[in-house]
Amino acid sequence: MKILKANRGSEMLDLNYPLLAEYLQRFIQEELSWRGYHKGLIGVSGGVDSALTLALAVRALGAENVHAVAMPHRQSAPTSFEHAKLVCDAFGVKLDTVDITPIVEGYAQLDPEITGRRKGNLMARARMMVLFDQSEKHHALTLGTGNKTERLFGYFTWHADDTPPINPLGDLYKTQVWGLSEHVGVPDAILHKAPTADLEAGQTDEGDLGITYRKADVILEHYLKGYPDAYIESLGFTAAEIQRVKTLVNRTHWKRTTPATAVVSSTAINEFYLRPLDFRLK
Amino acid sequence: MIKHAVLQLKPEKGNLQGNFTRLQSALQELKPEAPDVVVLPESFLTAYFLQGGVRELALTQQELYAHLQSLYQALEWPGLLDLVIGFYEREGGTFFNSCVYIELGGRGILHVHRKVFLPTYGVFDEERYISRGSRIQAFDSRFGRVGMLICEDFWHTITSTIIALDGAQVVYVPSASPARGFAGQGPANMERWSALAQAVSAEHGMYTLLSSLIGFEGGKGMVGGSLIVDPEGNIMVSAPAFEETALLAEIDLERIPAVRYDNPLLADLQGNLPSILPDLNRVVHRGEK
Repeated sequence: MKILKANRGSEMLDLNYPLLAEYLQRFIQEELSWRGYHKGLIGVSGGVDSALTLALAVRALGAENVHAVAMPHRQSAPTSFEHAKLVCDAFGVKLDTVDITPIVEGYAQLDPEITGRRKGNLMARARMMVLFDQSEKHHALTLGTGNKTERLFGYFTWHADDTPPINPLGDLYKTQVWGLSEHVGVPDAILHKAPTADLEAGQTDEGDLGITYRKADVILEHYLKGYPDAYIESLGFTAAEIQRVKTLVNRTHWKRTTPATAVVSSTAINEFYLRPLDFRLK
Repeated sequence: MIKHAVLQLKPEKGNLQGNFTRLQSALQELKPEAPDVVVLPESFLTAYFLQGGVRELALTQQELYAHLQSLYQALEWPGLLDLVIGFYEREGGTFFNSCVYIELGGRGILHVHRKVFLPTYGVFDEERYISRGSRIQAFDSRFGRVGMLICEDFWHTITSTIIALDGAQVVYVPSASPARGFAGQGPANMERWSALAQAVSAEHGMYTLLSSLIGFEGGKGMVGGSLIVDPEGNIMVSAPAFEETALLAEIDLERIPAVRYDNPLLADLQGNLPSILPDLNRVVHRGEK
C-alpha cells in the first residue's frame, strides 16, 4: 500500500511576478488616467522600492512619460546617488537632481540642538515637498514607493513617504518587492544591497527594525491572517521575533489612517459621509 | 440556436450617461454579429464600489427601461434585443444591487433579480448601503426558461440549484470581483470563478454565462475573466483578465435534454428532494433554542 501524506497548508509569499507586473502596469495607467494624468514622477533614492516603481512606471507609461528626481542631502551616502543614476540609465529615464541640503539646513540652523533623527524626518518631508512641486512643473502625478512591510511597521515618515496619491507597491511585502524587482530587471547592485532610508549615517532598515525583512514578512503574513503565535512559532520563528513584529504593527495603526477628526455631526467626512476616492458624479 | 454576447467592459465611476453611451457604442460594434442576448456585468452603469453614492446613482426600473429603450431606438437594431445588465436599483426608499433581463423592442422588463448574498466582509461593504433581495427564481425568456444570479449569489451553489430546479436551462451571472491572490497562473478569484461555473453547469446540465466587471476602482482591480460554459461543464469561450472583451457563443438548448439524460443529477435531486428537505430544515434551524 502506498502511503501519501498531504503537504501542510501554508501561506505563500512567492507570487506569479509576470502576472503581477502586468496588473501593476494597469494599475498605474488607470489610476493616472482618471485623475487626468499621463505622466508619472518618482523620487529615486537608489533603493529597490523606487527602482521597482520606476521600472513599472516605464512599462505602464513609456520612459518618456516618467520623470525621475534624485534628492541628495550633503550627508547622503554617495552610493545612493550612483545607484539612482544606475536605475535611471537601466530603464532609459532622465534623472533630474534637486539638492535638498539648503532646504533642510535652512530649518536646521534655527535649532542647534536638532538631532539626527529629526533631521532625517526633515529630509523625508523636504523630499516630498520637492516631489509635489516637480509634479506640478511637469504635470505628472507623484508615485509612492512604500511597501507593505514598512507600511505595516509604520517605518516611514508620516505625511512624507506615505503621501503620494498612488502607490503600486503598498500591498507587497519587501520580500515580494525583491522578487518582482528581479523579474523586471532592477540592477543587481540595488537588489542585493542592505535596505536603508539613508537618513542617518550607517543606518539600515533591518538594524532599525530589529528583524530581517525575510523573517518579518512571513510572520506578518501569518499574523495578519489570524494565525496564533504558537502556529507561527511552529514555522521556526522565536517568540521574541513574533513579539517584535506584533509590537511594531500595533504601535503604528494611527500612521496608516487619515488624521482623527472630532466627530460632531451625522455627516462627518469619512465617518458617516462615505464616498470612494474615485467617486465623481457627472 | 441563440446567439449570445457577453460583454466585459470597463465602466467609468459614477458616469451613468457615459456608461450608457459606452454600452451603445459596444452594441453598435456588435451589430454585425446580431446577438440575440447581450450580457453585461454587475453594476456596469456606475461601477461597483459606490459606498453612500448608491443613493445618488440608483435608478428605478422604469428609469432604467427608459434609458435602455431610447438607446435601443438610437441603435436601429434589427429585431428584438435581450439584455442582461447589472445596476443599482431604487424602489421608494430602498436600494438594491440588481440585474434586469429586458427584452428591448418587445415586452420590456421580464425579470429583475435583487442580489440576495451581499458581501460585507474584507474589501466589501454592501449591506451597509443596500438591502438584500429575497427571491431566487427562474423565468421565461422568449428562448426558454432562464435565471439570473449576481456575484456572491453564485458562490453559494444552493442558489443555482434552486434556479435549476425551477426549470432554468441558462444562468446569467453578472459579477464584480476585485483581483486577489497572485501566486497562480491567474488571479486566484478568477480561477475560482471558472471552477465554480464549470461545476455548476456540469452538475445541473445548464449553460452558465458569467460577465465580470473590469477596471481599477480605488486600487482594486476588477478581474474580468468572463466566460461561457456549456451544460457539460466545458468552457466554450473565456475572456482574459482585465481587458475589454466581447465573448460570442451560440447556445443550443436542444443539447440540454441529451446532456441531462446522460448525467441525470438534476432529476435525481428533484426525486430526492422530499427526503432531503427535513434535513435541510433541521440544519437551517440548528442552534435555535
